[in-house]
Amino acid sequence: MSRASLILALTALVALALLPFYAGEYFINLASQILIAAIFASSLNLLVGYGGLTSLGHAAFVGVSAYVFAWLTTHAGAGPAVAAAAALVGATIVACVFGLVALRATGLGFLMITLAFSQILWGLAYRWASVTNGDNGISGIPRFSPFGLSLDGAAAFYWFTLALCVIAFAAIAAFASSAFGAALRGTRDEPRRMAALGHDVRLIRWITFVYAGFWAGVAGLLYVNYNKFIHPSAMSITNSAEGLLAVIAGGSGTLAGPIVGATLIMLLKNYVSAYVERWNMLLGFVFVAIVLIAPDGVIPGLRRAAARIRGGRK
Amino acid sequence: MTTPALFIDNLHKRFGGLPATRDVTMRVAQGERRLVIGPNGAGKTTLFNQITGDIAPTSGAIYLFGADVTRLSPAQRAHRGIARTYQIITLFQKDTLEHNVMLALLGLSRRRFDILRPLSRFPDMRAAAREALALVGLDGAADRTVSALAYGEKRRLEIALALAQKPKLLLLDEPMAGLSLEERKSVKSLIASIPRTTTLVMIEHDMDTALDLADAVTLLHYGKVLVDGSPQAVISDPQTREVYLGV
Repeated sequence: MSRASLILALTALVALALLPFYAGEYFINLASQILIAAIFASSLNLLVGYGGLTSLGHAAFVGVSAYVFAWLTTHAGAGPAVAAAAALVGATIVACVFGLVALRATGLGFLMITLAFSQILWGLAYRWASVTNGDNGISGIPRFSPFGLSLDGAAAFYWFTLALCVIAFAAIAAFASSAFGAALRGTRDEPRRMAALGHDVRLIRWITFVYAGFWAGVAGLLYVNYNKFIHPSAMSITNSAEGLLAVIAGGSGTLAGPIVGATLIMLLKNYVSAYVERWNMLLGFVFVAIVLIAPDGVIPGLRRAAARIRGGRK
Repeated sequence: MTTPALFIDNLHKRFGGLPATRDVTMRVAQGERRLVIGPNGAGKTTLFNQITGDIAPTSGAIYLFGADVTRLSPAQRAHRGIARTYQIITLFQKDTLEHNVMLALLGLSRRRFDILRPLSRFPDMRAAAREALALVGLDGAADRTVSALAYGEKRRLEIALALAQKPKLLLLDEPMAGLSLEERKSVKSLIASIPRTTTLVMIEHDMDTALDLADAVTLLHYGKVLVDGSPQAVISDPQTREVYLGV
C-alpha cells in the first residue's frame, strides 16, 4: 500500500469512527448497512478478482449464516454467542461442500453451478416452512451483546460493525497479498503453468472459496443482527448479483474496489430511492456510465486518471 | 544398470479415433541429453504433455527414476522433480520477471500455503529468483513486467522458471523457436551449461544447433518411435532422411 492510500484509508477510518457524533440515526444505520455490504463484496472479490472465479451464488453463505443464527436463537433457545459461532461454522461447512462440487468447473460452468446451489438454498428457505417460516421469514431475532455490551442502539451496533469490518478487511487484504494470494492470482492468469510449477490449482481455489464463504458468513451474521429479521430473499440471485456488481463497478482484484462499489450501490438503493422511485433504473444508468468511462471499475479508473494528471505535470 | 531418469513403457494416446502416441517406449538415462525430433504433428508435444501429466495416456506407464508416476497430477510430478518449458510462451504477463520466478520457487515450497506473509517477506527466495534470472542473463530486467520483454527474452525467462526449480528432469519444448541466430547461440550455451544432475529431454527443430547438445536422438513419426539412437546413427538412417530431413 502506498503512503497516499494509507493516509487516505486512515482518514476515512477516523471519519467513520466519529460518524455517530455528527450524523443522525438514519445515516448511522445506512452506514452499518454499507459496511455489511462491503464485507460481503470484499469476500466475493477474492473469488472474482483474485481467483478469476465469477460466482453468482455468494449470497448463499449470507443466508446460511443468517438462518442458522435466527433459528438457533428463536427456536432452539441458544444464546447469541453460541448461535453466532454455529452460524459461522455452518456457512463455512456449506462452503466446503459447495466448493468441492463447483470447482470441478471454471468460467461459465462455475457461475452456473454456484447459481444453482444458491437457488437450491433459496428454494429450501421458501419451502421448508417448519424451520424457516417460509415467506413470512423469521422475526423477533435478538441482537447479540458481545462482552455484555448491548448493541440495540444504532451507534453501538455501528461501532461493532465497523470493528468487525476493519478485522475483515485486514484479514482479506492479508490473504490477497500473501504468498498464497500470489499463487491464487497465478492460477487465475495461467492455471496450467501453475500446475506444472507444483501448485495444486484445485486446492488453492477451494481454500479461497471456503475463506470467501466464511467472510460472507460474517456479513450474514451482521445482516441478521442488523435487521433482527431474515427472509429467503437474503440469498436471492438479486443479492448475489448486487455483490457481483459492487465488485465489478468498484474494480475487481483491487482491495478498495468492492468497498467503493458496495457504497455506491447501497447509497443509490437507500438514499436515492427516497427521492426517485425508479432507483433501479438510476442504478442501471450509473453502471452504463462506469462501463463507458472506466470499464475495469472505479478504482482502476481513478488510478489511471491520477497517473495521467501526474504525467501531465511533468 | 542404473535406474533410468525417465522410462516410458508402451505408451498409447488416442484422441477419439486419432492415435497421437502409438506404442512409445523410451528410456532416458540419468544425466542424458535426449533430443526428440519429428515432423509437425508427430506427437512430440503430446508426449511431453503425458510426461508432465497434463493429459492422461490411454494405456501404458511412465516411470520417473523407477517410480510409477502415470496417475500423478502435474503438480505432484513437479514435486518429484519434473519441470518443463512451453513451445507457446506461457508466462505471467502482468507480473515482473522476479515475481514470475518466485512463483516457480513457491510451487515447490511449503510457503505456498502461507496466507499471512507476502512474497516480499522472503528475501532468500528473492535472492534465489535473481540468481535464476542471472543464469539466463536477465538479472538486469528483474523488475520489468513480462509484457514489456522482447520475444527472445521471454524464451529465456521460460527456461529460468524451469531452472529455478533445480529439476531432476527438464523438458524443453522448442526452446529456440522463433529466435534469431544470435539468440540461438546464447540459448544453446545456456542449455549446454545445465549441470548433468539434470536430465534433459528437448524437442527442437533446429538440428544444426540442437544436435551438438544431444547424447541421443529419438525420431517420432505419426506418434511412433521410428528411429532411436546416437545422433550420428539417427541422422544417417534412411528413414530419418525420408520423413524428416527430406533429402
